[in-house]
Amino acid sequence: MKEKDMKRQEKAPAKVQSPKPSGEENRLFSAKNLKLLSRPFGADNPVTVQVLGICSALAVTVKLQPALVMAVSVIVVTGFSNLIISLLRNTIPPRIRIIVQLTVIATLVILVDQVLKAVAYDVSKQLSVFVGLIITNCIVMGRLEAFAMANKPWPAFLDGIGNGAGYGFILIVVAFLRELFGSGTLLGFKVIPESFYQAGYVNNGLFILPPMALIVLGVIIWVHRSFNPNLIEK
Amino acid sequence: MFSNKYIFLYTSGLVVAVAVVLALTAILLQPMQERNREVAKMQEILKAAGQTVSSEEAVEIYNDLITAEWTVDRQGALVSEYRNVKSDWKAVDGNLKAPRAFDCDLKTQLGQAASGSKDVLFPVFVCRDSLYIVPLQGKGLWGPIWGYLALGKDFNTVWGATFGHKGETPGLGAEIAEDAFQQQFIGKQLFDTLGGFTSITVQKGGADKYAGGSEHAVDAISGGTMTSNGVTAMLSDCLEYYRPFFQNMKARMQAEADTAAVAEQQVPVLE
Repeated sequence: MKEKDMKRQEKAPAKVQSPKPSGEENRLFSAKNLKLLSRPFGADNPVTVQVLGICSALAVTVKLQPALVMAVSVIVVTGFSNLIISLLRNTIPPRIRIIVQLTVIATLVILVDQVLKAVAYDVSKQLSVFVGLIITNCIVMGRLEAFAMANKPWPAFLDGIGNGAGYGFILIVVAFLRELFGSGTLLGFKVIPESFYQAGYVNNGLFILPPMALIVLGVIIWVHRSFNPNLIEK
Repeated sequence: MFSNKYIFLYTSGLVVAVAVVLALTAILLQPMQERNREVAKMQEILKAAGQTVSSEEAVEIYNDLITAEWTVDRQGALVSEYRNVKSDWKAVDGNLKAPRAFDCDLKTQLGQAASGSKDVLFPVFVCRDSLYIVPLQGKGLWGPIWGYLALGKDFNTVWGATFGHKGETPGLGAEIAEDAFQQQFIGKQLFDTLGGFTSITVQKGGADKYAGGSEHAVDAISGGTMTSNGVTAMLSDCLEYYRPFFQNMKARMQAEADTAAVAEQQVPVLE
């Protein structure tokens, strides 16, 4: 599964990589660079198109707050691991590149975990192992192999931020729906008025359970593909 | 392109750099993490006493509600007593060098007790002289489980309980951390009518099925039998070490009650 995804991924950034020598390339937020940020939200979304990072997307989306923290953590890890690997890319011996990438990812994830334990202890308890498991999130290593190893630091950094945000965006959408229908709250605040409950409305317990996250994710993929006909596999 | 020498040097350099970065962050963030762990512990102790508090107010409420911290030895004698002097905990009685109950790690103490050491201290937290909270530490299915049990003045009836776990199965074993499970302990008893120690059993199939009587048992979690058994073992193992202390206190409370009763009886005789 992982290898297949990686292969599929390599195709996508190939379009972006094609060098177009022009003055535009020197600008920090050129159209090309901005595309690196925006593509992961649409046609190149890591979760809905490349189907990566599903495990954590199911696990941390019961409530909105942990999903937000998870999204920020992944953005930090993808962004900075892409940046660091891109800076090192000409010095990394190809034979040990995977282990070097893993070392960088693992270091960043441990840093994020330590910082969370220090400043957001309650959330870090809720996220428990899933922060640590960012190390094994295919999105991070996929972007390092497919993009950071072959691109300059700034575009690599943007690509990392973009992919992390694309993942986080899906996480937040799923968590929004699950917390709203599963607990009747958003970020812990009651949003469904008491009168609804008195009229016989009940929270849907199925939304709390992981299977519903998979169904919600499936629906998002369905909606996404129906708006992007070129994503539909024949 | 890259020689073996280069690869070895490269990896060594990388590993050293990573180690330095990680060690520095760990040292820098340690005080904050330590503080968070202490606050979480205070929240758990207060939860056993029936107070659910946020992390911001935990320290203040803890210093207000928890009036004394005791350590007791295996014979049930009080080793030290700490009292809160203007939000600062000071030893007031017993061995003044003994550590504060709050800083006693039950896991370490249990380990020492299991290896036969006599020099072990068990913490007791006193809430307003009416609730006595003891910590618990044991093994679940996947990892450690722990908890706090609040006992009334009779050192027999449970007034509150809270449990935590590192990584029990969500929806099954992890239910021990839910209120529905913990509420069951309220009103249960540790000793039978003859004064024999029974502990509390987490009974598969329901508290009614427990042969020793339903006042010494709670319902187990469906599908979480291993964790439920872990809780039973944790309760009986940890409370066994506290048993002499409970019995001493019970006798003392009984004696005090008797004197009070005698005094009451004597009043009409004198008239």
